Amino acid sequence: MGSRPAVSTRARWKLRRLRARNVRVPSRWGTGPLDQYYSLNASTPIVKIRNLGYAVRGRPIFAGLDMDIAPGQVTVILGPSGTGKTTLLRLITGQAVAGSGTILVGGEDMRTLSADALYALRRRMGMLFQSGALLTDLSVFENVAFPLREHTDLPERLIRLLVLMKLQAVGLRGAAALMPQELSGGMSRRVALARAIVMDPEILIYDEPLAGLDPISLGVILRLIKRLNDALGITSIVVSHDVKEMATVADTMMLISGGKVVAHGTPADLKSNGSDIVRQFVGGLADGPVPFNYPAPDYFGELLESESP
Amino acid sequence: MNLAEALGKLGAMTWFLLRMIALTPRALPRFGLIVQQIFNTGALSIVIIMLSGLFVGMVLGLQGFQLLQRFGSAETLGVAAAIGLVKELGPVVTALLFAGRAGAALASELGLMSATDQFSAMEMMAVDPVQRVVVPRFLGGVISMPLLAAIFSVIGIYGAQLVGVQIMRVDSGSFWSQMRAGVEFRDLVEGIVKSGIFGVACSLIAVYEGYYAAPTAEGVGRATTRTVVTSAVIVLFLDYLLTSAFL
Repeated sequence: MGSRPAVSTRARWKLRRLRARNVRVPSRWGTGPLDQYYSLNASTPIVKIRNLGYAVRGRPIFAGLDMDIAPGQVTVILGPSGTGKTTLLRLITGQAVAGSGTILVGGEDMRTLSADALYALRRRMGMLFQSGALLTDLSVFENVAFPLREHTDLPERLIRLLVLMKLQAVGLRGAAALMPQELSGGMSRRVALARAIVMDPEILIYDEPLAGLDPISLGVILRLIKRLNDALGITSIVVSHDVKEMATVADTMMLISGGKVVAHGTPADLKSNGSDIVRQFVGGLADGPVPFNYPAPDYFGELLESESP
Repeated sequence: MNLAEALGKLGAMTWFLLRMIALTPRALPRFGLIVQQIFNTGALSIVIIMLSGLFVGMVLGLQGFQLLQRFGSAETLGVAAAIGLVKELGPVVTALLFAGRAGAALASELGLMSATDQFSAMEMMAVDPVQRVVVPRFLGGVISMPLLAAIFSVIGIYGAQLVGVQIMRVDSGSFWSQMRAGVEFRDLVEGIVKSGIFGVACSLIAVYEGYYAAPTAEGVGRATTRTVVTSAVIVLFLDYLLTSAFL
């Protein structure tokens, strides 16, 4: 895959003809609200979070979290397991609603967005789930074609063209006829990635893209994250706990702990950061500000107690 | 489960039903999806429905013959079997089998889809999973159920005839003519209405339990069990209500 795997010149001509015939095509190929937003605010963050508060069953996950995500960059959000990284993604994508504070995505307030406006915004986002989340009753080809079939009236030939291009971009054109059950973990994640980019999103969100992959698949996914970001000019938000691997592709890294962003900057900035929590996380130390032990009563006390009847 | 919880669940299911009805106009244009579900829930249940119908009809023929012979009216076996099947056994037994075969399959399928993030993925692709996945399955079940009940009754009548006429030597002419004279149009209507309502109830319970199943292996298993048990109880309860309403 070379420069722009998105839409070839020939396909663009076809699209122009289709639009002249009033066929519905994804508006990314025209101009949409986010395009206008970009052109007005080239330097403003595409995701802007202020004073975010969120609690699950009374347990606070975020308390006063602030975050800016710049457009067109790979932003990696790091944090120990259980710090609410995935929850943060659910809040950014509107799958959960913040308890307090504001989340602006492309200038839209996620708290006041109507259901229709939320769906309109989501058409400009792609998300890669940790499990891949492929639709198990559809083949690889139909999985990638799914968003096109749901949102556009494109003719079958054009759908085939687009799907094959996206599958080629992730190197799985040959697997188009397979069912999701026949794929390995790394392959299903690549198919899910092809599906996430088939509508040419402006924001691409990855939830733990490297979890449970072998070194080869891991390298493939890492390279794809970087390539898609650069070739398609999209904003990439990656949630991960693989510090070293992510440092190779990240423009900005942020570390979340205790419900706040505790450090952010380029990968080099983070490496040279002296604070205990960053050192513990980047260096992979067992104990530190993030304790190894889950809070528990006194160890010896509890052992002795179990002996007495 | 206490009364408040049960009422709460009834309310939630009613709300879910209204939501599905509201989404039906948007789901109907893609009739192919519904046809596929009619195949999954209906066509794939035909063999078990036909087999059960045959045996139920045969038992009915045998028992009916024994009973009616005591009163010397064995030739009314046809009308007795037909009314029993069309009004009661057809809709009820089909609904129970439907809950066990199609309902359980629906609940576990939807539960697994939710456990593997497929609904979240659809929502992220700006596709409403209720409209795209749940409504076609619900409509498929609602359409299949009366058809399956009709097949059950037809095969059941054939089974009763097999035992009554072929084995017990009831006169074939009076078996069929008594049936044609004795079964009224309103009996058929009762059967169709019952099976339609059972179809709505069983499909609703299955898709609700599946869609809201806890996203774990245990949760999916529990949703499947609950689908079958709740459907069975609700069908028998509704059957009593409907029978008394038709009197």
